[in-house]
Order: sequence, then C-alpha cells, then structure tokens
Amino acid sequence: MREVAAQFERPVLLFSGGKDSILMVHLAEKAFAPAKIPFTLAHVDTGHNFPETIEFRDRLVERVGAQLYVGSVQESIDSGRQKEEEGPSPSRNRLQIVTLLDTLAVLNADVALGGGRRDEEKARAKERFFSHRDRFGQWDPKNQRPELWNIFNGRKAKGEHFRVFPLSNWTEMDVWQYIEAEGIDMPSLYFSHRRNVVERDGVLLAESEFNSLMPGEAWSERTVRFRTIGDSTCTGATESTAATLDEIIAEVSAARVTERGGRHDDKHSEAAMEDRKKQGYF
Amino acid sequence: MDLLRFTTAGSVDDGKSTLIGRLLYDTKSIFEDQLEAVEDASNRRGEGYVNLALLTDGLRAEREQNITIDVAYRYFATPRRKFIIADTPGHVQYTRNMVTGASTAELAIVLIDARHGVLTQSKRHGFIASLLGITHVLVAINKMDLVDWSEDVFDRITEDYAEFAQKLGVEDLTFIPISALKGDNVVDESEHMPWYHGSTLLHHLDHVNIGSHRNLVDFRFPVQYVIRPDQDYRGYAGRVASGTIRSGEEIMVLPSGQRTVITSVDTFDGPVEEALTGDSVALTTADELDISRGDMIVRPLNLPIVATEIDAMLCWMSDEPMQGGTQYWFRQTTREAKAFISRVVYRIDVDTLHREDVEAFEFNDIGRVQIQTASPIFFDRYEMNRETGSFILIDPHTNNTVAVGMIRGTVRSAEKLAEQLREATTVEREASPDVVWEGWNVPLEVREEKNGHAAAVVWFTGLSGSGKSSIARELEQALFAEGCRTMLLDGDQVRHGLNGDLGFSPDARKENIRRVGEVANLFYLQGNIVICTFVSPFQVDRERARALFPEGRFIEVFVDTPLEECERRDSKGLYARARKGEIEQMTGISSPYEAPETPEIRVETVGREVADVVHEIRLVIDEVVRRGGAAHP
Repeated sequence: MREVAAQFERPVLLFSGGKDSILMVHLAEKAFAPAKIPFTLAHVDTGHNFPETIEFRDRLVERVGAQLYVGSVQESIDSGRQKEEEGPSPSRNRLQIVTLLDTLAVLNADVALGGGRRDEEKARAKERFFSHRDRFGQWDPKNQRPELWNIFNGRKAKGEHFRVFPLSNWTEMDVWQYIEAEGIDMPSLYFSHRRNVVERDGVLLAESEFNSLMPGEAWSERTVRFRTIGDSTCTGATESTAATLDEIIAEVSAARVTERGGRHDDKHSEAAMEDRKKQGYF
Repeated sequence: MDLLRFTTAGSVDDGKSTLIGRLLYDTKSIFEDQLEAVEDASNRRGEGYVNLALLTDGLRAEREQNITIDVAYRYFATPRRKFIIADTPGHVQYTRNMVTGASTAELAIVLIDARHGVLTQSKRHGFIASLLGITHVLVAINKMDLVDWSEDVFDRITEDYAEFAQKLGVEDLTFIPISALKGDNVVDESEHMPWYHGSTLLHHLDHVNIGSHRNLVDFRFPVQYVIRPDQDYRGYAGRVASGTIRSGEEIMVLPSGQRTVITSVDTFDGPVEEALTGDSVALTTADELDISRGDMIVRPLNLPIVATEIDAMLCWMSDEPMQGGTQYWFRQTTREAKAFISRVVYRIDVDTLHREDVEAFEFNDIGRVQIQTASPIFFDRYEMNRETGSFILIDPHTNNTVAVGMIRGTVRSAEKLAEQLREATTVEREASPDVVWEGWNVPLEVREEKNGHAAAVVWFTGLSGSGKSSIARELEQALFAEGCRTMLLDGDQVRHGLNGDLGFSPDARKENIRRVGEVANLFYLQGNIVICTFVSPFQVDRERARALFPEGRFIEVFVDTPLEECERRDSKGLYARARKGEIEQMTGISSPYEAPETPEIRVETVGREVADVVHEIRLVIDEVVRRGGAAHP
C-alpha cells in the first residue's frame, strides 16, 4: 500500500463492497495511520448491487473519511457506451469493464488497487502484485514484468497505468482469519440469513428486482449466506448456517467448492476469467 | 501458523504439474468445481485418468503448448503449516522465471525423471536455487513406477546428484523416490517401495526445519514513505528489512550520516515497544531531520556497506540484450539511482558451471558484473541479507525490469591495490614497546652445527590446487628421511588452529601471513628447514615474511599452475563453490593473485610427476642448506 502511495501520483482503491475490498480499506488505514488514506475509493456500481452493500459502503467511507467516486454501469448503458445483456439474469460483469476504465479516466488514476487474490482462479495465479496495463487498460499475460523479492517496479509511460493487488498471496482462509483477528466489521450478507432464492445451473440466485424467473422456476426461502458479494444477478448464495466468524472459518476450512464456484459468470467458459482480464477486468 | 514458501522446478515432462496437482489433491486443497473442470478436460482429451497437471496449468496459451510458461503461485495448508508454491517452468528459455520463483523461496523441489537420471536441467535448477540463497533442496525422483520401483535406479541418481550438489554447498539435501501420478510417497507412503524408509514428500515439507533466511541482527530500515498528517507528526514509514529497533535507541540516517534518537515506534494500534524484522511500522525521531524515501535508518555502530561501485551476480531478464554504456535505474530496497554496467566479468554456463568471456548479457544469461551507480547505495552482501543485498535494473525507456541482481560486495578499486604495493616498499617490523628482547638461549649457529645443516624457510606460493601441498609434503619426507630437521606449515592446518579467527578479507589474509611468518621464524631459529605452503596471494605480504629472515635463507617457490588447470583439479571443490558465489574471496576468481616477480624458484606442474618437481626444487635448496652458516655474516 505504501509502495503504491510512494510510487504513484493519483492512486485509486477499487471498492466492490466485498470482504476483500473492506479488508483493503482496513489495511490502508493501518498503513497510513495517523494520516488518512491517501487513496480515492472508487466503486463501479452495476446498479444491480444488494442494498446492504451500498449501505455498508457509505458507512465505511464516512468513518475513514475518504473520497468516494461511484462509476455507474447504468450511466454507461444510458449514454450508449454499453449494451445490456439479455435474458433472465443479465450479467453486468462484462459491462463493468468499460465503466471501470471510464472511472479510472475520470479520476485520472495512474494506479488502481484491487483485492484480487491468486488463489481465486487459475488465470490469477500468475498475476503480479504490480500488474502493468497498457494505454487501453489491457493485460498481456506474456509481457509482465518479473517481480522478485519485495522490489516492485511501478515505472510507466504517460497514459499507462497499473493494477496493484496487495492481497495476491492471501487465501480465502487467510482473509477470514485476519478479519477475525483484527475484528473488522463485515456486511450482513456474509452471515447466514433467510432469503428467497432460485437454483439455476447449480447456483443459488437471490430474489431481487434484477433477477427474473424462467419458466418452471419458483422462489424458495432457504438459509443462506454469500461467500462473495458482487452483482446480484450473478453472485450465488450458498446454503449455510454459519452466523459468526468462527462458524464461517470452520465452514471455509471444510469447503469443497471455490468461492468463484458461486460465480455464475465464470462458468461461461473455462478461460472466461482470462479473457475478461485481457480486456481490463480485475 | 508457520509459512513455508517453496519453488518447484523440473524439466518439461518431469511431471512437475502432476506433482503439484497431487499435493493439492491429496491435501484436499482442490475444490469440487475445479476437479470437475479438470475431469471434463481430461475426458475431452481422451485421457483415461484425471490429469492432475491440468489443475495447475493456468493460462490458455500454455495449455495449448502443453508447457507452463510463467511463474504460478499455488496455496495449500496442512494442520501444521501453510504453503506457498512458486511453480516455475522447466522449459529451457525460462531461466528468468526460475530465478523469480526462487527469489522468495526457502526450499526448492528439484524433480528428476527416474527414467532419465540427472540431466543438465536438474543441475541448472539446483544451481539457480543455490545462487538465490536457497539452502534446502529436496530432490524428488519421480516416475518410479516406470522403473519398476527400483532401488538401484534411486541410489544411482541420488549419488549422481549428491556429487553435483556438493559443489553448490547445499546445506540440506534430501532425496525422495515418488510417483506423482500414482501418489506414492507424495502424501501417502508407498506400498511399492518397502526399501525406502524416509519421509514422504509432504511429511518432509511439513517438518523440515527452515532456519530463517532473514537477518535478525543487522538493523536496516529503508524509508518507504513519510507520513505527515499535520505539522505535529512526522513518521518515517517502512518495513524493518532486518534486525530490530526500540524507542530510545540511537540511530543514524544514510546518506546524510546524521544521528538522532528514536522517540516512538508507531502502528495503527498505537506505539509499540519494539519492531522486529518484517514488521511494518512508522518511526519518529527526536530531532527533525531531512529524511525521505530511499534513505536508510541504521544503528551508528552497525552500518551497511556504502558504495557506488558494486560487484554483483546478475541475471538478464529481458529480450533486449544488455547495452554497454546505457543508463539503467538501479533499484534496491526503496532506493533508486542511475547506474551503468561498467564491466562484464564473466558469464556462467548454467549447465556446466563454466565461466565464459562475453561482452554483454542476453536473455536468461547469468554472470558476474560490476555496476557503477550515480549515488551511493547502502547494502549488505546478498548472502548476509537478502533484503538489502538484492536489486533490479530498470530500462529507463521501456520501464521494464531488465535484470535482477545479488550483491557480492564492492569493486576492489585499482587505487587500493596500488596503495598496498606502495606499503610494500617500506616493510618494517613493529615491536611491542614493553617487551624486552633477551636473545635465544641456544643460538641458531650452535643448533645448525649440531643438526649438520643450515636452517631455511621454503615458502610455497601459488593458487589453490596448484600442487603446493603435494610437492611440499614429498619434499619434507625426503629431507626428513635424510636426517634433516623439518617442519611443515600448511595453510589449511594453520587456519584450523592458530588462525582460526581469521577470514579471507585482504586484511585477514595479511594478518594470516604475518602470523605464519612469525611462527616460521620461531621454527627457523630452532634450526629447522621450515616448509610453508600458503596461497599468499599478495606480494606485499610475502615480502613482509621474507624480511624476517636473513638474506638467502628465504626461498620463495612459485608453483606456477594455470588457473584453468587448478580449476580442473579442484581437489577441495573450492572453485566450484566460488564460481557459484559461495566463497567470497576466492583467489584467482574473486580475489587477485599477484604472481611473484623474482621468486628463487619457479616450477610448472602441468603434466609432471611430483617427484620430478621436488627434484628440481632440491637443486636449489640443497645448495642453501649445505652452505650452512655461511649466510650469517
């Protein structure tokens, strides 16, 4: 975090509302105390977020006293820069890419901090801490700078920028154990609750104004929690009774499915993540 | 919980990805959805089993080429430890990735295909691991199922590799016969190899005692960022690279050299008493000094090396070859300076470990260079401190990291050598002021008369491995057999006892030879023919020893064996270790040898019998010894 503040001029911390980005805000507070976080927080809002996420975000931002910029996918669509996917659960994940790049452009950001971890997905396993993006925000997996020891090279030409992933070497388990050790507040979505869901392709999608039923489907109330929080059209819940951090940690250690297994969009193709990254996705 | 970072390396098809897949699978670190995807893919490829390698081959391009093309990081845990694997490719072109993976690892797994034995690739991996300071090497001999679980095969490979690894100075070398495909000895013990009684691979990883490679002694705090929320607070943020610091301690700031006292060690949760190696903290000081990023806070009595001329091992990571005269950014800790490569000393052929003369490095080349920086760098030798001894070079035009390096020390400047030679012309004996010289009880002349021969000092000088000791031993035996009183002083023997406290720096070498000269003098005065075998590389020091004896009684024998031949012999394995950078000041390689200009005797050894050489030497010695007391005026 300090390397980012030291090596770049206009750093932005990408805030999704998920546990990783909340953890990132916490780490940033620790890194710069007693000063305030020297990063602008940016949230790419798909417009399909759970209301709990937005509430939590606003409270957090107020507490840490940071600047917040919200990039809206809806606006990108309205302005004709994007086209909505069609279907019963239109994913706006792909659409986030354009809005994300627009957001970084508006903020004139030269670096964006993200909460990505290498354990999430195979394509991420090779990601650098300091990941270079060209003028078009694209990632070239074959042309990344070697990264040795703890020396990070953030030099760049004008117009290029970096994505930085301080949590690269963390696992989902590490994240939860750290949250518990540091007593970090988390949104209620992560803890077990009753909610109407529908099962589709093995993923439990929550009832919301953005998800509609397909013929033959029906909502049913189940005891669930979310392992990741993102766009409600593609973030699946898991059936769980884990209502405390201890229970979550126990559940994670016994888990047999990855977090992203609940991500409907990753199932589109085996190399889905890699393709999105090449275009500029986190 | 304990964390162990290890790197894996193997040639293409050694089964590295399968091994990692097996570790993840058997430790239940694989999730069902990942496994399903792999099963699907295996079926599509028409493979009759679950191809575990597919678990780890991340990127599409490599899946198409069936090789891993970059460093991939994997994570798993056991109840005892968490593990981070840096999975690096075995493909010939990708030395750079091997180096990257090894830079943060504490242990390396070298995979060898039991069918093929030790290939140059396996040696290369061992070499790179040791170059990057990894002292724990686990050699997994894989595909044992394809050699009928043969103990003989295992023993043969073990022997071959152990012989090679000896040259690298690996501290902890372990061999395990496995079958990654079938799972034998990876996590579960093998039923097929009852002859093997050691640990399984995972058991070894779980229990191996990793002495921290971190330096916990020398306090080094590279300033990363200055935290200044208001006029009242000024904190110097950074991570303790090595050592510890407490509030109240006196510190010095480099490069300014200013001193002050630490007033607090601050964290988000408030001030703490002490910060340890690896802790990220902010330090505040009693006096307001001008401290900024790139400065280093240290203790006044424990300073790093400060220099602009740096001697380093360098690995070239870029497709663009090294350009002479190009300025690069030299980045080490949080400090950055303009720099250029002033000299390419040699390149190492990583397969044979031979040194080669080249003008410049190309992609994947590793070797020794000298670098000149525009402003001083504060560092420790890499083997002492990974954090402050490592650096990268950045091309200022492309901003790419083009090379990475490990610092060996400063460049011994030509001026320094010249200064020493000047000293040589004014050799004087220093006496302790309070010692009263009584004279010897039995004078030398009387002893010589009784012995029937004159006393003398025969001083052998030459490179390590030149043949000094062999010749000296045979010489002494011959003289002794003829009734002469003899004494042999040998470099290794003296270093174990009398001079056990000395290292190999120029100063220590000087003191070594000074003491040896004095001891030789005592035996000389006892009437002995004192035979000394010491590399004694510096003319200055040999002259100092010579000055202790009367004219004509000091016989300097220069054993003139070319370096190449000494290296070929390498009876003690020293050259191999030196070339690898393990021996700091190896004469002929990393430390100069000044050949005597006018020795009494110069002998060559290539292609000659020892007895023949001894005979040649005796022609001169016998003359001196028979002359008896004639040398005493």
